[in-house]
Amino acid sequence: MADLTTKIAGLTMKNPVMTASGTFGYGLEFADFVNLEEIGGIIVKGTTLHPREGNDYPRMVETASGMLNCVGLQNKGVDYFCEHIYPEIKDIRTNMIVNVSGSSPEDYAECAAKVNALEGIPAIELNISCPNVKQGGMAFGVTTEGAATVVKAVREVYDKTLIVKLSPNVTSIADIALAVQDAGADAVSLINTLMGMVIDIEKRKPVLSIATGGMSGPAVKPVAVRCVWQVAKAVSIPVVGLGGIMNAHDAIEFFLAGASAIEIGTANFIDPTVTVKVAQGINEWLDAHGCQSVGEIVGQLNA
Amino acid sequence: MKKYVKDLKVKAVEFPHEWYVLLKLTDEEPLPESVPGQFVEVKVEGSPQTFLRRPISINYVDREKNELWLLIKKVGQGTHKLAELKVGDTLNVVFPLGNGFSPVQKQGEKVLLVGGGVGVAPLLDYGKYLKEQGAEPVFLLGARSQSDLLEQELFKAIAPVYVTTEDGSAGEKGFVTQHTLLNKEKFDRISVCGPKPMMVSVARYAKATNTPCEVSLENMMACGLGACLCCVEKTVKGNVCVCKEGPVFDINDLTWEI
Repeated sequence: MADLTTKIAGLTMKNPVMTASGTFGYGLEFADFVNLEEIGGIIVKGTTLHPREGNDYPRMVETASGMLNCVGLQNKGVDYFCEHIYPEIKDIRTNMIVNVSGSSPEDYAECAAKVNALEGIPAIELNISCPNVKQGGMAFGVTTEGAATVVKAVREVYDKTLIVKLSPNVTSIADIALAVQDAGADAVSLINTLMGMVIDIEKRKPVLSIATGGMSGPAVKPVAVRCVWQVAKAVSIPVVGLGGIMNAHDAIEFFLAGASAIEIGTANFIDPTVTVKVAQGINEWLDAHGCQSVGEIVGQLNA
Repeated sequence: MKKYVKDLKVKAVEFPHEWYVLLKLTDEEPLPESVPGQFVEVKVEGSPQTFLRRPISINYVDREKNELWLLIKKVGQGTHKLAELKVGDTLNVVFPLGNGFSPVQKQGEKVLLVGGGVGVAPLLDYGKYLKEQGAEPVFLLGARSQSDLLEQELFKAIAPVYVTTEDGSAGEKGFVTQHTLLNKEKFDRISVCGPKPMMVSVARYAKATNTPCEVSLENMMACGLGACLCCVEKTVKGNVCVCKEGPVFDINDLTWEI
């Protein structure tokens, strides 16, 4: 049996499988289906300094092999998280990671500082790539300056593992990755959703309430693999890969492209047990190929 | 209530009308506990355009025969694919989901159950439950025409059934809210499932007559578990997930203009 232990900077996980923010709630929603402690890391719903109601319905539309969403970071704010949700999840023996978002560098930093004080949260994922909010979010993630400004502000107040989640909706994702690495990120995760749009041709109106949304699911996987490959070649910090992973085969593609760990998102909606199945499948693949660890195949593409 | 993901076996496939299919599912183990008004999310195999699971309300649970019934309207490619299932096939189901209709409030209470189209489906299970628990359910069911009135004999076996059809081929002509029953009788409360315009007009009737009323919503869903926050409905408590906080809501908690 291969050793699935995975390290992402200061974060040690029992396997490289994490859940993508916004697709797994706070983990508790899936506790009837899987043993949460068999998942390497659970990245909980995007959390902001102040409560957010999110966008109006409709927020979701199915597409060929995927979906668009424009939830818009609905959450009850970081104080509610600290007081009411954290006590419920802190003793689950996995890595509980908070996805932090904001509308200004100060917001991000204040929110991150509050999460920094929570002993049971070993890392945050900084979301500078949400396509569904007017202010902040992706606005910071699409320029090297914006990305670096937010990461620097958070780095000053946050001393645990800082993962920065990148947007694919940019000219060069490798340039953004380098900028956040220089600004002090411990790791990067990619990709967030691709901005898309679906039109109701009878109504001649966009289906989603804010017209556009973020595309996810297996349809985006080749884009995600390409982005991981480009970024992994450019940076020296670990890369966490995500985008359309449905099974262990998909996960192995990301490792070969250069990801040290992976996140599973939309697939959780199709199979609520997919996380543990992917972890088992990775183990089986490594065994079948005579590999002792995931690390052995990270970035190991044949020339 | 614990949720499960299971491969259920198709025991029977019936076609009550060209628009609808009734799937009777079973399992080797006793089916999990559920309450009327809850729903399932089914995985549709073999339909490339159908990526997400499809939420379907529980039509009926027969504990003796260990059967779970899903009454499905053929709308898009996913539901058409479900209608091609054969006896002996398996269907992957996540269930039971959502809150369900209100439990019995008091013995002998008169509960009006209003359904339109395929929205009648969960009322069969709920009506049976209410009757067994000592309430007095009354069904008011609407359809386009006599031919697409669903499961009439099963409803009649439980409680009185009143009907409206848009073409007047059965019951009274018109919509459910135009039925003369509503002017004659007073009910302790009302539960509704059907197209939104129908539910809104029943909610207006309930408000005007000061009758407590709950409605079952069917917003577009992804996860069905309250994780993705896609299916939200605006309520007095803000945006809440129809899949988890609903699908059944008290009309006073909604922000509908009624």
